[in-house]
Amino acid sequence: MFKNLTIGQHYPVDSPIHNLDPRLKIIMTFIFIISLFLIESFTGFLFVVAFLTVTITISKVPVKFVIKGLRPILFIILITFIINLLMTPGRVIFTLGFIKITEEGLRQAGFMAIRLTLLIMGTSLLTLTTSPIILTDGIESLLKPFKRFGLPAHELAMMMTIALRFIPTLMEETEKIMKAQKSRGADFESGNIISRAKNLVPLLVPLFISAFRRADELAMAMEARCYRGGENRTRMRQMKILKGDYVAAFVFAVYFAAIIVFKIW
Amino acid sequence: MSIRTENIKYVYSEGTPFRTLALDDVNVTIDQGEFVGIIGHTGSGKSTLIQLLNGLELATEGIVEVDGTIVGKDKKKLKLIRQTVGLVFQYPEYQLFEETVAKDVAFGPMNLALSQKEIDFRVKEALELVGFNYKKIKDASPFEISGGQKRRVAIAGVLAMKPDYLILDEPTAGLDPAGRNEIFHQIKKLHESSNFTVVLVSHSMEDIAKLVDRVIVLSKGKIHMQGSPKEIYLQAEELEKISLGIPQIASIVRELRKRGFNIRQDILTIEEAKTEILKEVRRRNV
Ligand SMILES: Nc1ncnc2c1ncn2[C@@H]1O[C@H](COP(=O)(O)OP(=O)(O)OP(=O)(O)O)[C@@H](O)[C@H]1O
Ligand SMILES: [Mg+2]
Repeated sequence: MFKNLTIGQHYPVDSPIHNLDPRLKIIMTFIFIISLFLIESFTGFLFVVAFLTVTITISKVPVKFVIKGLRPILFIILITFIINLLMTPGRVIFTLGFIKITEEGLRQAGFMAIRLTLLIMGTSLLTLTTSPIILTDGIESLLKPFKRFGLPAHELAMMMTIALRFIPTLMEETEKIMKAQKSRGADFESGNIISRAKNLVPLLVPLFISAFRRADELAMAMEARCYRGGENRTRMRQMKILKGDYVAAFVFAVYFAAIIVFKIW
Repeated sequence: MSIRTENIKYVYSEGTPFRTLALDDVNVTIDQGEFVGIIGHTGSGKSTLIQLLNGLELATEGIVEVDGTIVGKDKKKLKLIRQTVGLVFQYPEYQLFEETVAKDVAFGPMNLALSQKEIDFRVKEALELVGFNYKKIKDASPFEISGGQKRRVAIAGVLAMKPDYLILDEPTAGLDPAGRNEIFHQIKKLHESSNFTVVLVSHSMEDIAKLVDRVIVLSKGKIHMQGSPKEIYLQAEELEKISLGIPQIASIVRELRKRGFNIRQDILTIEEAKTEILKEVRRRNV
């Protein structure tokens, strides 16, 4: 059931992209998302696809893996596509009963679907090439300036680290409990929505209990090792900007400049 | 009537860097009425193998057959197979979810769509089979009883499905010696009185030695050897090679023999050892 979930999953190989500074990668991903919303032509998107393809190739993550990340949100993409298709006013090119499809709607829907697809692919590339721990280190470091305004940067990052760390554990646990209940004849796959929801009880109760138990144990273990938040904490891994980071930043700047130029033209 | 596997292979996470070949060309047969032990050190594929035996996972390659039915994707057949082959997981207490013990044990039979009367009967029977006083335990919350009791409730939950085969994955992991003995005693009794076919998974020879008729030794996803406990213990060096020990008493006998004691080699219990050693001592004193 969860074997196909790749969002938030790390693909551990050694590549120039994996070795980039996490802060740089996060910033680039953000700008990449902005760039997607600046583009309003198919040639523009073609350019992004080319850029993304090259990046994925360098990252040594199989394209198959990046595309698999789309599967869970296929539904959302579809809904967005349909809403955009039906709700955009403009020149009508097709009618069926009360359904009217406009040229603008078709265009808008197509763009939105492409945007979302590329957005997910881009962001999954970030998580695929950055281990969760390093990623949150990066986030913490980026949030530091906001500490002055009372933002608990370290605590937020720690919470994220823990949450990310426990996703696979909880999925494993879910699978185990599901199997245990299946061997007692439970059926999670058939029936209507109501009976399916009811069938989840034997899964959710043990899962919650074990999640709470784990949280409790973790808090205990952290306290036993004198954890007390971010004050005066030093790190084992120091983040350093290397030559590769400058190269990546330069290449990305060129990419973004190209997008801007496209936009102005 | 038997469970049979034919050249099964099982691969986890195919197509990713985490690919693991968990089972490699495994052939086992478990006949009705047998008491079989599966041992192997951690990661040798024991849990994977037993999940294939009741269709929770499907073999990547090869065939699994339960009482002549090939385990496949057919849902109806799967349901029947899971009822025939009862599987008790490692740490089964984590599957408990109902308000009372009786309701939790009833979960399995309810899924079989039995009459309420039959369900009640089975719940009572199953709880008594694992050594509970039904009246006392039935209304307890499964979250407020001891670890060993939870474990027995979980086992009862599987027994209530009336399987022909009972497979237990490390049923005593994490229990104290008293809890361990209790569980083993119950399992032994189940096998002897109700003629269950029992498969017991463990990584400790010590536990299995006294109980089972036949041992299957797994190592790195392959069957390393199989035979009666006595046959297996005679190959102590072989076992040590795959990081498995032999029971303490067997290694004492081995050491004594090395030092010139003329005693039998295939001793499994302390009682046997005592008799043999005393015999030898008397012989020497003469
Ligand atoms: N869900 C899974 N995903 C990926 N690999 C797995 C999974 N479960 C088990 N494995 C791998 O398969 C191999 C066999 O695991 P298995 O759980 O069958 O061993 P085991 O003999 O039961 O060990 P233990 O004594 O620790 O319970 C191991 O190398 C393990 O890492
Ligand atoms: Mg196991």
